[in-house]
Amino acid sequence: MPILSKDEAQTILKKVLSYSKADECTVTLQGRTRGNIRYARNNVSTAGATDNVSLVVESGFGKRSGVATCNEFDEATLRRCVQRAEEIARLAPEDPDYVPLLGPQQYLTPVSFAQTTANVTPDFRAKAAADSIALCQERKLTAAGYLEDGASFLAMRNSKGLEAYQQDTSLDFSVTVRTPDGTGSGYAVADFTDANKLDAKALTKIAADKAAGSVNAKAIEPGKYTVILEPAALVSDEGLLNNLMYSLDARSADEGRSFLSKKGGGNKLGQKLFDERITIYSDPLNTEAPGNVFDGNGLPTKRITWIEKGVMKNMYYSRFWAQKNNVAPTAFPSGFIMEGGTQTVQDMIKSTEKGILVTRLWYIRDVDPQTLLFTGLTRDGTFYIENGKIKHPVKNFRFNESPIIMLNNIEAIGKPQRLGGNLVPPLKIRDFTFTSLSDAV
Amino acid sequence: MKRRDFVGLSGLAAGALFLPSFPGLGGNLVTPEQLLIPAADVALKKRLADAALNAAKSAGASYADVRIGRSLNQGIFTREKQVQNIQSTESYGAGVRVLANGTWGFASTNTVSEAGLAKAAQLAVQIAKANSKVQKEQVKLAPVKGHGEVSWKTPIQQNAFEVPIAQKVELLLGANAKAMDNGASFVNSALFQVNEQKYFASTDGSYIDQDIHRIWPTFSVTAIDRASGKFRSRQALSAPMGMGYEYLTPKAADKVAGPAGSDLVGYKNSYDILEDATAATKQVKQKLTAKSVTPGKYDLVLDPHHLGLTIHESVGHPTELDRVLGYEANYAGTSFATLEWRAKKQPYGSKLVNIVADKQQANSLGAVGFDDEGVKTKKWDLIKEGMLIDYQKIRDQAAMVGQNESDGCCYAQSWADVQFQRMPNVSLQPGKTKLSVDDMVKGVDKGIYIAGHGSFSIDQQRYNSQFGGQVFYEINKGKITGMLEDVAYQTNTLEFWNSCAAICDESDYRFSGFFNDGKGQPSQSSAVSHGSSTTRFNGVNVINTARKIG
Repeated sequence: MPILSKDEAQTILKKVLSYSKADECTVTLQGRTRGNIRYARNNVSTAGATDNVSLVVESGFGKRSGVATCNEFDEATLRRCVQRAEEIARLAPEDPDYVPLLGPQQYLTPVSFAQTTANVTPDFRAKAAADSIALCQERKLTAAGYLEDGASFLAMRNSKGLEAYQQDTSLDFSVTVRTPDGTGSGYAVADFTDANKLDAKALTKIAADKAAGSVNAKAIEPGKYTVILEPAALVSDEGLLNNLMYSLDARSADEGRSFLSKKGGGNKLGQKLFDERITIYSDPLNTEAPGNVFDGNGLPTKRITWIEKGVMKNMYYSRFWAQKNNVAPTAFPSGFIMEGGTQTVQDMIKSTEKGILVTRLWYIRDVDPQTLLFTGLTRDGTFYIENGKIKHPVKNFRFNESPIIMLNNIEAIGKPQRLGGNLVPPLKIRDFTFTSLSDAV
Repeated sequence: MKRRDFVGLSGLAAGALFLPSFPGLGGNLVTPEQLLIPAADVALKKRLADAALNAAKSAGASYADVRIGRSLNQGIFTREKQVQNIQSTESYGAGVRVLANGTWGFASTNTVSEAGLAKAAQLAVQIAKANSKVQKEQVKLAPVKGHGEVSWKTPIQQNAFEVPIAQKVELLLGANAKAMDNGASFVNSALFQVNEQKYFASTDGSYIDQDIHRIWPTFSVTAIDRASGKFRSRQALSAPMGMGYEYLTPKAADKVAGPAGSDLVGYKNSYDILEDATAATKQVKQKLTAKSVTPGKYDLVLDPHHLGLTIHESVGHPTELDRVLGYEANYAGTSFATLEWRAKKQPYGSKLVNIVADKQQANSLGAVGFDDEGVKTKKWDLIKEGMLIDYQKIRDQAAMVGQNESDGCCYAQSWADVQFQRMPNVSLQPGKTKLSVDDMVKGVDKGIYIAGHGSFSIDQQRYNSQFGGQVFYEINKGKITGMLEDVAYQTNTLEFWNSCAAICDESDYRFSGFFNDGKGQPSQSSAVSHGSSTTRFNGVNVINTARKIG
């Protein structure tokens, strides 16, 4: 299915809106094409392609609303979809959190689409997998990896005159390389807006070097260590920084159930909570990690600073909570950028007397929301550093740590790299808490 | 954050932050009434399936199967006195999997017509042939005899989708009221209902029609001490089940009292959400002032609701053969329980530990008549008297371990996804001698009783794990002496199971379960139950999780 242009999408949405009999109506059209290839044991295991386009109709009568969706676009189906949303709305209870629809908005011009990624073919994916496998076979190592690419569009229109449209592309690649005897493992991961930036071989080489270098890991005592956390140890679907960024909701802070809640009531907006070198913001127009120019509610996203020099500058305010507190609502961003310096991971290693280099953290779960304490483990490349050099691989550790404590124990901040649609620097942290050893490789 | 998380903290997601992780409600949003429209009749589905199978064979497939699936979901979400969201979704389509040149190919379509399915079959063959150029090991399928035309249905008493929304909302708001009336600061509750209507056909000669039901009521109660800024929550002690709405009609016979002094009730095949919400509120307030645990070695007495998660992570996952063989290396990881490790005949656990895999267990999430590649389901031993006996395997894995039979645990989360090996119900068998929870506690000198599942994390080979819980009670000289807080235990899988010292008898046996166990790339969700009785583990390392953040 081709990605619909702004005009094509809005033509459909105008037609759908014309069927509405509700007080308010929002129609959203979203389409996505995705392709993937997965390999393991130096063999392709699965590959697939999917595409889907769907229409979401949200109808409102006063404070009651109903949502219906469909993925066929003949007139009868579209009319039925609108009718269904209205039926559901009439039956729905009144929503105490209701806010009226947004009117017309001004949006930035998105920069998050690359035609090269939209044009990716099964052959492109197969070549990336083949390159990765070939390198590992040459080095008598075993590759397991995954490549997924996608292009999508999102168009929105409502009965108050809001009109929004954006396109997006992404390519995610990850590879785990293991020694055949299972005593060494390494990992590399990257994502791009532009598929042409993918170098599967180079990424596989990083993982292969880590796998070969992590054989015969030594056990060292768990405890508090200076660590260098590579970006993959900070950002992932469940990463420490992702979890921090997901925890900036103003309502839960005001309700008293967040690390941002203040004793006696209120929230910690404006308080210095982190090392003054910590600045985190979102910018949808960043060319290295571009984002969406509006969120799921149609709110425009723009550059916004969340943490500035360690101080909590902004939190997420839903439209309802913003109205209740007489502040501006905050669009939920599609990524974040953490300011950093110019040091590479190698530079950070050189300046480390004793420490541990961590490639990746995994199975990260919250332990205590009160302190934002998380547990998880190192994985796929953990090395002991002494006198500025990697001395030897070490066995993996379990950590119990809070990103709040971690971001108060900063030794050095490196050069930001893109990961998961964000820009994140490697961090050198003192007193990072490892609580036990793991035999896992 | 990824752009695919675009919807982020809008609407439902924000409320759901305070609930246990919830399964996505895929598909098109429809009216609740549409969930009651019968699926296409079997004769039509057979015609459609044959179109796909014939097209695959004509295109050069040596084997093909097709799954015509209709997934119905309903989620009802509330907080305190308000309904936050009600979603009813339907997803309908077909997935065709083929073997060509000894290589798998898969394609799916939501155009459920003879032409649509034939086209998907041809695309699947095309993909298989393209991938065969990079394939070095040809797929070998364990033989399966065709079953002809058969059907299976979850033996429900009341279809949850037939229960009026108003009645379900009333129940959830009733639970919320119990919490608020008893002094909770906040409460969220939800009810998830799933119906998978699956039609499977293969070139082996099977035409299998299945109707599978699941249900999950849950809540999270929060108490806040504004003066100190401390907040705590307690989640429901319900288990998601392979049942209909009858699960929500409480029966006294299904209630299992926790140990004396604990004020806990466990639930078997029916759940009393009003009673649990009341108890949860009492307990969550106690948590605000409970004693912080002193780290050290304790004998742990683990209730079935809690232990299910530990079984899941430290036995269920490491005995999945695809992990063992390295197919999950880039995502979920591998396993310590390799074929070489098994050959050494080292004990996985103490002699008391008997763990079975079972795809037929009544009321369980994993119960089906046939798996997603047409294999009749069964029950088999994974661990017997502490020794690892077998793994979980599907048709293309059996030959890799010198066997010629699938275990019938192949599953795809929807018609749009390729089926692969997924965890069956994995359960710890109850003790053979009569033993109550109270009797078990009496024998513990220095211990902790843990109920409910909390935080959980385990390494990529399933050695090192850390588990929290919902409520913790100190055991001192055979008696429960009060509530504890900030408890987590860290353990190594083999040490943990080898420290198993006692298991309560069958009268205490009940399910824990998960609606959304993730595995694979792209990740797929599956639902699985874990049965056990309360079990004692000696000398487990307990840490204190309290921290100061200024």
